[in-house]
Formats: sequence, structure tokens, C-alpha cells
Amino acid sequence: MDQLLQHLLNALILGGTYALLGIGLTLIFGIMRVVNFTHGELYALGAYMVYFFAMVLGVNFFLALVVAVLLGIAVGSLIELVLLRRLRDASIDTTMLVMIGAWIIMQNSEQLAWSGVAKSIVTPFPQAPLVLGPVSVSWTRVFVFVVAALLIVATHLLIQRTRLGKAMRATFQDRDTAALMGVNINAVYTATFALGSGLAAAAGALLGPVFVVTPTMGNLAALKAFAIVILGGLGNIKGATAGGFILAFAEEIGAGYVSSGYRDAMGFLLIIIVLLFRPTGLFARAERVG
Amino acid sequence: MTNLLRWPWLAFLLSVPVWLDDQYYLHILITTGIFTIAAMSLNLLLGFTGQLSLGHVAFFGIGAYTSALLSLGFDLELAESYTFVVAPKPVWFAFLCGILLAGFFGWVIGKISFKVRGAYFVIVTISFAEVVRLVALNWVDLTEGPMALSAIPPFTLAVPGLWEQTLYRKVPNYYLMLAVAILSYLIVRRLVLSRTGRAMIALRENEPLATSVGIDVTRYLVLAAVVSAAMAGAAGGLYAHYVRIVDPDVFLFIYTVTMVIMVITGGKGTLTGPIVGGLIFGILPVLLRTIAEPEAQWIIYGAIMIVIVYFLPDGIVPAVRAWVEGLQSRRGAAEPTALTGAPAAERKGD
Amino acid sequence: MSGEGAAPSTALSIEHITVHFGGLVAVSDMTFTVNEGEVVGLIGPNGAGKTTAFNVITGFLRPTRGEIRYRGRRLNGLRPHEVAEAGLVRTFQKTSVFAVNTVFDNILIGLHRSGRAAVWQTLLGLPSVRAEEQRLRDEARAILDFVGIAQRAGELGGALPYGEQRLLEVAVALAARPSMLLLDEPVSGMNPSETSSFMRLLERIRERDVTVLLVEHDMRMVMGVSDRVVVLNHGRIIAEGSPSQIQGDPKVIRAYLGAGVRRA
Repeated sequence: MDQLLQHLLNALILGGTYALLGIGLTLIFGIMRVVNFTHGELYALGAYMVYFFAMVLGVNFFLALVVAVLLGIAVGSLIELVLLRRLRDASIDTTMLVMIGAWIIMQNSEQLAWSGVAKSIVTPFPQAPLVLGPVSVSWTRVFVFVVAALLIVATHLLIQRTRLGKAMRATFQDRDTAALMGVNINAVYTATFALGSGLAAAAGALLGPVFVVTPTMGNLAALKAFAIVILGGLGNIKGATAGGFILAFAEEIGAGYVSSGYRDAMGFLLIIIVLLFRPTGLFARAERVG
Repeated sequence: MTNLLRWPWLAFLLSVPVWLDDQYYLHILITTGIFTIAAMSLNLLLGFTGQLSLGHVAFFGIGAYTSALLSLGFDLELAESYTFVVAPKPVWFAFLCGILLAGFFGWVIGKISFKVRGAYFVIVTISFAEVVRLVALNWVDLTEGPMALSAIPPFTLAVPGLWEQTLYRKVPNYYLMLAVAILSYLIVRRLVLSRTGRAMIALRENEPLATSVGIDVTRYLVLAAVVSAAMAGAAGGLYAHYVRIVDPDVFLFIYTVTMVIMVITGGKGTLTGPIVGGLIFGILPVLLRTIAEPEAQWIIYGAIMIVIVYFLPDGIVPAVRAWVEGLQSRRGAAEPTALTGAPAAERKGD
Repeated sequence: MSGEGAAPSTALSIEHITVHFGGLVAVSDMTFTVNEGEVVGLIGPNGAGKTTAFNVITGFLRPTRGEIRYRGRRLNGLRPHEVAEAGLVRTFQKTSVFAVNTVFDNILIGLHRSGRAAVWQTLLGLPSVRAEEQRLRDEARAILDFVGIAQRAGELGGALPYGEQRLLEVAVALAARPSMLLLDEPVSGMNPSETSSFMRLLERIRERDVTVLLVEHDMRMVMGVSDRVVVLNHGRIIAEGSPSQIQGDPKVIRAYLGAGVRRA
């Protein structure tokens, strides 16, 4: 029983960051219909930037986190402006291939810059874990959970309460009509990609200190993000949030009771099973942004 | 025009081991050829039938592992008292089983592709390959996991009772690869230029119209997937018995990407495209080997792919063909292709 | 017309077809028949449900309720290619051809059903396969001549001028050997001379004993070719009869011009 509670707690915390990853991708995938292969690389970028600023440059840990997210937003904007804008009306194959090319370039650049050795990030939190009855959790993870939760709420508010969010929702529903109503589609697309990338970078920045930082960490993250999007439905933020937690729970239970080696397979198995029975995703009926 | 080029090319390829002494370069040609077979198979599914299948390396790896395991023999402890034992099988038999099993999984993917469309299908195929990789990595009892399957026996070709030859050396392996490659090319070509191929292309181009004239979508998607997967499985089998060591890294997504780059750069939906792409991306690493590290090479490939997609979206082969036709029509030598339709069909397919 | 003196036999029968899209009723309790060898025109204001009716008949859409029968065989739930196998072939409202294939290859694709070669036979390159290919090519030539676009055989389907693309669509549909053809706005966008040629083509198609159901907005054309006309409005049939009966029907006039029109 205690073990189960511990797994559930771990899943809760992991789920928060997974949700960030998933929300970022579901916005991009949903609004722009782009199969974004660079999403995992933004995740890795977030982690590497925290490592670089906090460990190499000695900057304050919390400041490093903020910088990492801001850089994620900047890189996302750049990718959209340079690569995607020209492909606005191209077929899904074309954008997919360009994204694959960008992914290859990013990952190998990271490999060249940092080498393959895993890096670890030291956090300013006390080492001794917080003990809550039968379960324990490190302070770092508590912090991660709190920040992730705040970011999820903030994103939700942005989509629901701001003008930009309204523009994004309109573009999601019907791009051409939104354009006719005066929505600046270019700006919405850039903002969407930047926001999604920023969320991915945030997830990476938060999980970097929890796990280690390697150049290939983005690959699994990207695939899990896709799993979450499929679970939650394209463009569905609530679905992606739920999907993030569902995936985390599936992984924790799978790793705990089946085999830890297959932990990462859980996400993919979920994808395949869900799509076989509901080819449009679990929550797809509520398919709208927000 | 391309008809004329075919025989000289064939003669050239057949002659290579005669004058190419360097074993290293011969090795590169063999592995390039194996990958090109896989690229041709991907082209059938991606280029001709229009299915965004990004898990293709799974079929390659399944072919490799199946053939390797059956030729090595294995035992699996299924229960406390029962161990499932498979004795080593002749290589040709294991190879065929690899093809069949890969084809079976192609059938599964084909069935799925009908239900799950577009971007979702892309994700399913990638996930499928990842699951297979993780199984290969973790089911150590069967696959040796990261310790790899080694000492895989090479191919043995035999005419029963008359002659037997085990292919230890590179030259015979080169010819074996060439034989399989030519056979694959012919299979794809025959399929694509037939009524079956027309149905696949119709599905790619305009599915509603295709179904309205009686083309069964599921049937042709599945057919394309099965043939494509089986061919990739054959390439995997060749790989296993040539390199003679197989580990779960064979399922890495990066190899699917390699095949995709070969197909897209060469020209998807053309017969010679994957060959051109295969040669370029098989030989390029060798040329760049001395001046750039692997990571830098990959950055270059990524950039090449982006540039091709932007400026030559149909790939190199159609661009070259259009350029040549441009030259021909300027000289006034345009051949009348309108009436019979046959050269036009070949033009499209070749 | 076939069956001179004999009672006309029913080819297609639509019974109480209803189609709901979420909360929207696209077609409501639609019932009509088309007899063998007839040309029936389906008309109605925009949004009346005509293309929805086509989609339901040819298997692109499932009806919420109702039955569709062709020559006694139930078509409900069949997939589009199975409907084509039963002999019903449709064209599409928005021009639909195989754009990157030549006109000739477009017809060859349409001739798919006529081919019987199995995959293994194809791979082995058997003589029977080659003979079949030749037969298909000959048939394609014949169809191109019949429709009148033979001179375009080598051009890409997508490169044809609009009027000829629409002819290509019909040619592709004919290649599928339909016993009944469903034409969705075949002359929309055509100029008067193209429309007249199309009407002559339709006559030639009739002579081949092909039953025709067509949706059109061009009244002169519909009234000129149809044996009977069925009028849809808001998803319901409001009138049915010969062209002259329909042209004088006040319900029909009201449907097109709106209820606000008062007769003097």
C-alpha cells in the first residue's frame, strides 16, 4: 500500500511536467497542424540552458530557470519565422520533413556542444527529502510540481482570458474565418509556436535537475508528448493536462509492477491502444482549444 | 531515355568488385545497397501509396532479428518446467521467416493505417517502432538485449547435392546484395506500372475519387504495407547475415529518418529516386568522414533535407528529368507521347 | 428508352432517408425512385440536401434512418467502392480528377474494376496480364473518343481547361462501367456551348442504357434532359413530376424565390 502511495505521488509530480510538455505540443499541433518534431529538442534545450547558466556560469538557479524558458520561447519563435512561415499552406508531409531536418540539426548541435556525457544540475534545495507519513519526496520535486501547476494554470488563463488566447481559439476553430475577422494569423502562429516551445523548455528546465541532462533526452520526451496529445485530443488543453497525468500514472504503475525497462513503452502502448479504439483520441469530442 | 541508361548501369554495378580492391569501400557499397533496398521499400509505401509511415525501421529490424534468432537457435523459458527450444535453422529458411514476419507486421500496420489517418498515423508508426525497440532491448532472454546477437552465421547458398558456398567474404555478399536489390527494384517496378500500382497511386492522389470507381482502399493500403514491410525485412535479413551482429540500436528512429531522407531527396514516387538517394547518403558519410564528425555530418544532412524540401520538393530525379526534357524540347525533339499513353506511364513511374 | 410498352422497373429506390449532422437535419424523410433507363433530375435551392443525398446513396455517408436499394439490393452501410461494384458510380460537385496523372492514365484508373489480374500474376508478368493491359488501354482509347477528349490524352489531368476537366470526370466515371450514373452538378461553370455538348453526351450515355440521376442548377439543362424531376427543399421532397409539371408548380417557384413573393 505504501509503495502504491509512493508511486501515485511520483506520478502526480511527473504528471505535472508531462502536462506542460503535452499542452505545448497540443497547442502547436492543434492550431498549426504541424507535426512538431522539434518539441523534444526544446525540452532538451531547456534542461541544457539551466545546466549552462546555473552550473557553468554560476548564475542563481531560479534565474537560470527563467532564462531557460525565455530562450525556449525565443528559439521557438525563430523556428517558426525562419522555417515554417514559408510553408503556411504546404502539405503535412512537407512541414513534417522540414521539422525532421530541424530536429536533426538541433540534436546534433547539442551533441557537438555538450558531448554525450550526462550532466547533472545541483539545486539549492535541502538534500533531505520531505517525509509525509508513509511517503517521501525530495524538495526539488515539490518545487517542480508547484511550478508546473502554476504554469498550467497560467497557460489556461492565457488561452481563456486574454485577447491572444481568443485569437488562438478562433484560429483553431476556423483559420480562414478568423483571418477574415481581422485576426493576424502570422502573429498567432508565431505566438503559438513560441508558447508551445516555451512550455517544452520549461518542462525540460524543471526535469533537468530531477533526472540527468543528455543530448538524446528530447527523443523520448517528444514521443511522450505526442502520446499525451493523442490521449487528450488535438488542441484540447484540459485533455492534454489529463493526458499528462494519465501517462505518468501508467508509467509509474507499469514500472513499479511490471518491469522498469518497459516504463517508457507505456506511453507508446497507450497511444496504439487508444488510437485503435478511438482513432480521433480519447477526449476528441471536446475538440477545441481550452 | 532512362531505358537506355539501364543496361550500362547494370554492367557497371556488376563489374565493381572486379576493379574495386579496397575492402572498406566494398563494405560501404554493400551496406549502402542494403539500405537502398529498405529505401525502395519505404518508397512504395510513402512515395507511391502516400502513407506517412515513419516506423519503417521496425520492419527492417524485425527481419534482421528473426533471421538471426532462427539461424542461431534459441531457447525461451516459458514456465518453471517448460523451455521452448528452437534449433538453429538453415540461413535461407531463417531469412524467409524474417521476410514473412516482417510482412505480417506490415499487414497489421496496413490495417491500422486505414482506421487511423494523417498525423495520427505518423505517430502510431513511430510509436510502434519504439515499442519494438524497447522489447528488443528489454527481452534479454530472447534477444540478448544490449549485449547483441553475435556470431550470426553468414548466408550459405547451395544447389542441393551439387555445390555449396558459404558467403564469408565481401565479394560474394556484394553480389547477393545486388541480386536482392535488382529483384526488389523489379518487383516495385512491376507493381507500380500495373493496375495494382495505379490503384495505389490513385489512393494517394484522390482517395474519394478512387473509391467512387471501385478501388478498395483498405485492400491496397494493406497490400502496399505488406510488400513494403516484407522487402524491408529482406534487407534486414541481408544485414544480419552480412554484418553478423545485431543489437537493438537497429531499431533507432534515426535509421527511419535516413531512409526517409534517401527517398525524399532522390524523389518519392519515382522508381530510381530511392536509388539515387541511397547512393548519395550512403557515400556521403564516407566522403565527409575525414572532414567532419558524425554529428556535423548529420547537421549537414538535416540542412540538405530542408533545402531539398524547399527548392526541389519532388526530389532530384524528377528535377533532373525535367531539366533534360527542357533541353530536348528546346532542340525540338519532343516525342509524341499523347496517343498510346505508354511512355507517359513509364515516365511517371520511372 | 428501354422497356418500350413494359412497366418501368425500379432501379434505385430511396425510402425515408433521414440524415442528421449533430443537431442539424440535412435530409428529412426523402423517398423517391429512379427507373431503369431514366434520366431523373434532382433540383432544389442551395443547401437543400442534394449532395448529402448523393453521399448517402454512394456510401460516403451513413443515413440516420431509411433504406436505399439498387435493383433490389440493399445499399445501406456499403463502402463507396462496394457501391461502385454494385454498378452505381458518381461524380463530385467540386472538380475531381487525378491531377498529376495524364488524361489517359485517369481513364485507366477508372477502368480498375474491369481488370482481374491478381497481384501474384502481375508480379510474374504473365502473358494474360499483358493481354489484359492491352485490352484496358484499347478501352481507354474508346472512352476518350466517346466523351470527346481524345486529343488531350497525354496531358496532365490537372492541366486541362475547366470544361474539359469536367468531361474527364464523366469519362473516368464511365470507365467504371456503371449501370447507373450519379452526376453532381456536371455542367456548373460551363458556358452555353459546353453545356449543349454535354447534353448531347448525356444522350449518347442514355443510348447505352445507363440510368442517370443528376443534380443541377442549370434549369434549361435539367429540364432539357430529364424524364422526371424531383425537387428538394430543406432536406425534404416538395414536388415530383415531369419537367413541364415542375416548371409550373407554385411550391417549387416559392422554394426558389422565397415565400415573400406574391403572385399578382
